[in-house]
Amino acid sequence: MTAALLTRSAAELGRLMAAGELTSEELTRACLAQIEALNPRLNVFLAVDADAALAEARAVDARRAAGEELGPLAGVPIGVKDNFCTTDFPTTCGSKMLEGWVPPYDATVVAKLRAAGLVIVGKTNMDEFAMGSSTETSYFGPTRNPWDDARIPGGSGGGSAAAVASFMVPLAVGSDTGGSIRQPGAVTGTVGVKPTYGGVSRYGLVAMASSLDQPGPCARTAEDAALLQEVIGGYDPHDSASIDRPVPDLVGASRAADLAGLRVGIVAEFQGDGYEPGVLERFREAVEALRAAGAEIVEVSCPAFAYALPAYYLIQPAELSSNLARFDGMRYGLRTGDDGARSAEEVMNLTREDGFGREAKRRIIIGTYALSAGYYDAYYGSAQRVRSLIQGDFDKAFARVDVLVSPTTPTVAFRIGERMSDPMSMYLADLCTIPSNMAGNASASFPAGLSDGLPVGFQVMAPPMDDARLYRVGGVLERALQEKWGGPQAPEGVLA
Amino acid sequence: MGLTADDVARLGALARIQLSEQECAELAPELDVILESVASVSEVAGPDVPMATHAMPMANVFRADVVTASLTQEEALSGAPAQDDGRFRVPQILSED
Amino acid sequence: MSVDYDDLLTRYEPALGLEVHVELNTASKMFCGCANEFGGAPNTHVCPVCLGLPGSLPVINGKAVESAIRIGLALNCEIAEWCRMARKNYFYPDMTKNFQTSQYDEPIAFDGWVEVEVDGETYRVEIERAHMEEDAGKATHVGTSGRIQGADYSLIDYNRAGVPLIEIVTRPVRGAGEKAPQVARAYVAHLRELMKALGVSDVRMEQGSLRCDANLSLAPIGSGVLGTRTETKNVNSLRSIERAVRFEMCRQAEVLDAGGRVTQETRHFHEADGSTSAGRPKSDADDYRYFAEPDLMPIAPSREWVDELRATLPEPPAERRRRLQEAWGFSDIDFAAVVNSGALGVVEETVAAGAAPAAARKWWVTELARRANEAAVELEELAITPAQVAAVQALVDAGTVNDKLARQVIDGVLAGEGEPAEVVESRGLVVVSDEGALGAAVDEVIAANPDVADKIRDGKVQAAGALIGQVMKAMRGQADAAKVRELILARLS
Repeated sequence: MTAALLTRSAAELGRLMAAGELTSEELTRACLAQIEALNPRLNVFLAVDADAALAEARAVDARRAAGEELGPLAGVPIGVKDNFCTTDFPTTCGSKMLEGWVPPYDATVVAKLRAAGLVIVGKTNMDEFAMGSSTETSYFGPTRNPWDDARIPGGSGGGSAAAVASFMVPLAVGSDTGGSIRQPGAVTGTVGVKPTYGGVSRYGLVAMASSLDQPGPCARTAEDAALLQEVIGGYDPHDSASIDRPVPDLVGASRAADLAGLRVGIVAEFQGDGYEPGVLERFREAVEALRAAGAEIVEVSCPAFAYALPAYYLIQPAELSSNLARFDGMRYGLRTGDDGARSAEEVMNLTREDGFGREAKRRIIIGTYALSAGYYDAYYGSAQRVRSLIQGDFDKAFARVDVLVSPTTPTVAFRIGERMSDPMSMYLADLCTIPSNMAGNASASFPAGLSDGLPVGFQVMAPPMDDARLYRVGGVLERALQEKWGGPQAPEGVLA
Repeated sequence: MGLTADDVARLGALARIQLSEQECAELAPELDVILESVASVSEVAGPDVPMATHAMPMANVFRADVVTASLTQEEALSGAPAQDDGRFRVPQILSED
Repeated sequence: MSVDYDDLLTRYEPALGLEVHVELNTASKMFCGCANEFGGAPNTHVCPVCLGLPGSLPVINGKAVESAIRIGLALNCEIAEWCRMARKNYFYPDMTKNFQTSQYDEPIAFDGWVEVEVDGETYRVEIERAHMEEDAGKATHVGTSGRIQGADYSLIDYNRAGVPLIEIVTRPVRGAGEKAPQVARAYVAHLRELMKALGVSDVRMEQGSLRCDANLSLAPIGSGVLGTRTETKNVNSLRSIERAVRFEMCRQAEVLDAGGRVTQETRHFHEADGSTSAGRPKSDADDYRYFAEPDLMPIAPSREWVDELRATLPEPPAERRRRLQEAWGFSDIDFAAVVNSGALGVVEETVAAGAAPAAARKWWVTELARRANEAAVELEELAITPAQVAAVQALVDAGTVNDKLARQVIDGVLAGEGEPAEVVESRGLVVVSDEGALGAAVDEVIAANPDVADKIRDGKVQAAGALIGQVMKAMRGQADAAKVRELILARLS
């Protein structure tokens, strides 16, 4: 009974609750039980507050019982990546630096979730300060992939993806800077969406790389992700980059019947060497499914995409080196070495040495270097020029096609520990996802089947503001593939 | 590239991170590899290519000059490692502004 | 200091550079809605944004941009068509983000100039740029000496963090020679006047809403190069600017005379003895790693908006003074008296209300300035308006009162007895010119002074003066003197 409940989509659960056939309390209880059963092994949630969640669920049930009209996701439990400020949970960003820190304010995304009646059950694990593609750099231990707990769930938002993949919650919120929602989505067989830059407010999202970060939904179906994006998206005067336009009809798009008239471009550069054969096979099958649904398929070349990764690994460390400067032990968070005799400078040095993990230090140093006098033009400056070229390639491509597609990431989930000693190999996981962050357009990963028993993701990219196209393709693909599979694919051993 | 342990130590100082000697020695070759891989960017785009600005070109995003609610003193200090009489207490500051 | 000031000027020429920070008087801070207020309990005007809490984002205060543009225009600057904010990265505990959001290579205003007058000579000061930035919090050092060295710990209040500042930077000012200290002072005084006229800042140096750093270098006369400069901070008054510049000129000359080199450094000014001392040498070679602020959108003031703002500029102070002096026809001395009494505004208004300029000047600069001093208030704060002063003068012009009575009318107005006409009536201060009323007094005085009366009959008309005086006294000053004279002469001719 519980398994049947836990595997339902958020949309279905919302309908059941609206029809009075299910209470949020029952549902939340089931999710909490699932979390309790699996979290010790998978390390998905860093903080859970069962009492508060149940109280919240009961409050939503009471409002509904009193006849109040509630939104489609009211009463649905949700996990939030631990880099969103929440006043009722610590916000650690997976780092020792912020262990136990409770913010005095809620992120706009969090406030919107509460206003829409979703039940925030806890905060999910992540790579430290969102730096990584495997959730292995978290100070609080790695999260394990529900499909194979010896493997990574992707990163930096491995927790949110795994929470959804393992049926702990139907929905989660993540943040995507270079692929941190989409790549975990791909390797856990879930849906992960990076909205158009500015489509979802970043106010209250602990900044990693300001010009690249974007909050987004994690779900098991395209429709669920669309429902969630409609809740968290929209204009926010607190975020200067926020797009001042109404959120389009994403849910409607996710229910599109077919892809007639849609022009789909395969990114020529995102195939070949470095891509696992199984990944490429699933990709081609997915493309065929789109063709069968009425889409026109062409190949498009985006030569500047080959430089997206190196440019990204200059811009992102540069911005984060500045964004992370505030963590100095003076106003909040960790303070190390204050023995009364040391100076503020010494305490800052010791605090940051103690509070940041290895990858964080690596990137802060690279970023400091890329911005420093004498190197700015060669590194940061050049990278920003390459970024222009990438934007240009997208513009040219979207003049010919409506969406671009590629594998989300070149491989299936790798083993925990496999890439930790070779940063460059780790960075390659973001190869296909990075260009969309650089250009700011909308991009998503949808489940495309398994390779050797492990999930493969299909990436769809749309022009800025055309997020609806992602959901149109995602919805159609999902229905086509699930028909082929006889239903959604799920990891074994996670349901009782 | 040739980033030395000393270079790393110097960058660490600039970034206010007390890196150990061992860390500097280990990081230098790691960073070198990364920097070599990213060095290609400087060849790709000449100075005639403009630096990218924002993904969505917007300008003049302002707020009205209106006072809104602040945090309470307690909220402001809620995370403070040390405080005294409503102020953040920090160790002695040696450098000058 | 053994160097003689005049002597050093035979060998060296100074180059001056001034960096002035103006704290804007906006209601809210630069990037958030916290109140921009002086005072207040510590850390009560802070929010996630100005506290730099993780996840916070800045949003630009449009009024600050407006003020920045107006300041730029008042400084004869070009206003950027497109510019951005930038991050200046360095660590200091009074900065919540450990970077200051400022402007780097894209200031909102640039390439301007102002002219200042010192001892009758005009000096042109080129303005390199004026840009927007945010202020830091305030650290109080607690320890043995209260100064930064020797402090055990520091307490920080971030109420001021995020307050909008405009930084105005001059190009090196050369050719001021011995007048360099005064030029520096005059420049800052001029800026202060401008900001007041624009209404963008309280510009109170003692409160920190106007701050000045003075840069100075010396070069051998005729060398054509610029010497090594020092930057002196903590100059909190106009007088301090002058003293600091002069001190640095002497100090640097002494160093150079002895064959040494001036160290490029930041120095502190000491109020007590007018000296400067070296600050801690900087270890990081000031690598601020500037890059465009990714959280903020570019600022692109349309030319229409700039023109609209240009129309709101007040008349430049120097131009206004020239215009008024010419319009009123005052000599330099007379005009200077008006300016120095701070009476320019009230005199202008009194003239506008119908009084002759000379009369307006007379009242404000003498009688009313005295009263203001006694009461320790500004002229504008006296309980008499320019319109009322003009009305008093009108009564004098009409012969209703004479000068002496006019002063009593002013007394009455200041005492709150009402308008001048009302005071004249209630106190009965009207000059009597009615023959019947005067006749009795005239007859009495003539009768009391037979000798003088005889003199007048003999033709010595001047002698009438004494009699007039007596009649005036008898009438308690309320007689129309001219009429009295007429009556006396008529009776004694």
